[in-house]
Amino acid sequence: MALATRTDKRPSLPRTVWDSTVGKKTVMAVSGLLMLAYLVAHMYGNLKIFFGPGTFDGYAHWLRVVGEPFLHYTWALWIIRVVMAAAVVAHAVTAYQLSRRDRAARPTKYVHRKARTSYATRTMRWGGVILGLFIVWHILDLTTGTVQPGFVPGHPYANVVAAFHEWWNDVIYIVAMLALGLHIQHGFWSAAQTLGAGSKTRDRTFKTLANLLALVLTLGFVAVPVAVMTGLVS
Amino acid sequence: MRLTLRIWRQANADAEGAMTTYEIDGITEDMSFLEMLDALNEKLILAGDTPVAFDHDCREGICGACGVVINGDAHGPERTTTCQLHMRHFEDGDTIDVEPWRAGAFPVVKDLVVDRSAFDRIIGSGGYVTAPTGAAPEAHATAVPKPAADSAFEHAECIGCGACVAACPNGAAMLFTSAKVNHLNVLPQGAPERETRVLDMVARMDEEGFGGCTLAGECATACPKGIPLTSITSMNREWLRATRKAGR
Ligand code: FES
Repeated sequence: MALATRTDKRPSLPRTVWDSTVGKKTVMAVSGLLMLAYLVAHMYGNLKIFFGPGTFDGYAHWLRVVGEPFLHYTWALWIIRVVMAAAVVAHAVTAYQLSRRDRAARPTKYVHRKARTSYATRTMRWGGVILGLFIVWHILDLTTGTVQPGFVPGHPYANVVAAFHEWWNDVIYIVAMLALGLHIQHGFWSAAQTLGAGSKTRDRTFKTLANLLALVLTLGFVAVPVAVMTGLVS
Repeated sequence: MRLTLRIWRQANADAEGAMTTYEIDGITEDMSFLEMLDALNEKLILAGDTPVAFDHDCREGICGACGVVINGDAHGPERTTTCQLHMRHFEDGDTIDVEPWRAGAFPVVKDLVVDRSAFDRIIGSGGYVTAPTGAAPEAHATAVPKPAADSAFEHAECIGCGACVAACPNGAAMLFTSAKVNHLNVLPQGAPERETRVLDMVARMDEEGFGGCTLAGECATACPKGIPLTSITSMNREWLRATRKAGR
């Protein structure tokens, strides 16, 4: 009475993860959480603008020298940039592959259609694309200054004020931050489910946490252009 | 009641289908949705037309054979199976749209009948317990903790009707697969195959062409048996655990 035993060799861990929809979602969750952690720090740093040019520019300078003398000048910043770039790419590639798969899995639409899922859930894909485009604009605007005529490297306070003096630039930033809030609201909670952290009893906690993160980040980021627009920061 | 039905008619898997309109009278509110379709079919047969093909078997909400999309909702407006849905949930003069489950992995066979054998293949890949056959084991030989028994029972309620796939905007079978994985993985009897089960069933689910989960939650809303969305979370946890173990 011998039982059949499995002796076949299983694929390696990276292969298993990459070949599976659940694995790809895990990549999305982890990269998303990395970006989220970065955003919290980014937003916190931005708020230093309310303490004047000295504090803000000083903080920007510190970001370049942090970790010295172990790390060289700007190395810490570059490490973060590389990790973030990798996270964005991983997030986007898996999202693209999964979306294509999802469309193929539902080739025929229902004749009787209903809008049912929440706005945040429905806008994850296009919202993500908008955020990707925004990141490009944001880097060209306030990191390299390519699209900002009067950009002076090393003077972030003046650059931020100059950038937000353009009303259309304020619109771009505020719309992008609203999109970010929606993305995080569904994204954070989803990541918790994907990583298996959620449960019936913890569901409320994760939903509240997702709403809180979305709200705090959106308000925190939007505060800067609004402050410049209203003349609070000048 | 007098109703206007718009039903998906498709002669076979390769034929072009279309929504076809029928008028029907004499429907009482105590009829089930399937009895209403029976009444329509009687009329069609007497008129020399081909009756509407739809799946059904037990008609008491336990087999999972029935299932159509009614006005955009899998199994219609109530949280129950199509066979257990009664016409009292509709109004006289209503127009009702009836469509088959729509998913790449569930091709239409005829009219409202779809091929759901992809589910059987997911079960075949690990939704069982390998045990030597023989006399039934002594009931007290394996102690099952109460929470595990409750959880297993909750997941075992899945009747495999496919409403989760039909409702999912991505045509994903995550709720079905998770119900089947969790049902056995929480029990001591399922423990020896705990890792291979979740890995193989998820892999099979992907191979069958089901979509991925975006946690839209449509599946859990449509499920006539109330399998919770967190069932998917539990399966993800099992999958990650098994992947880590297999990687060692
Ligand atoms: S016919 Fe069996 S569940 Fe509906």
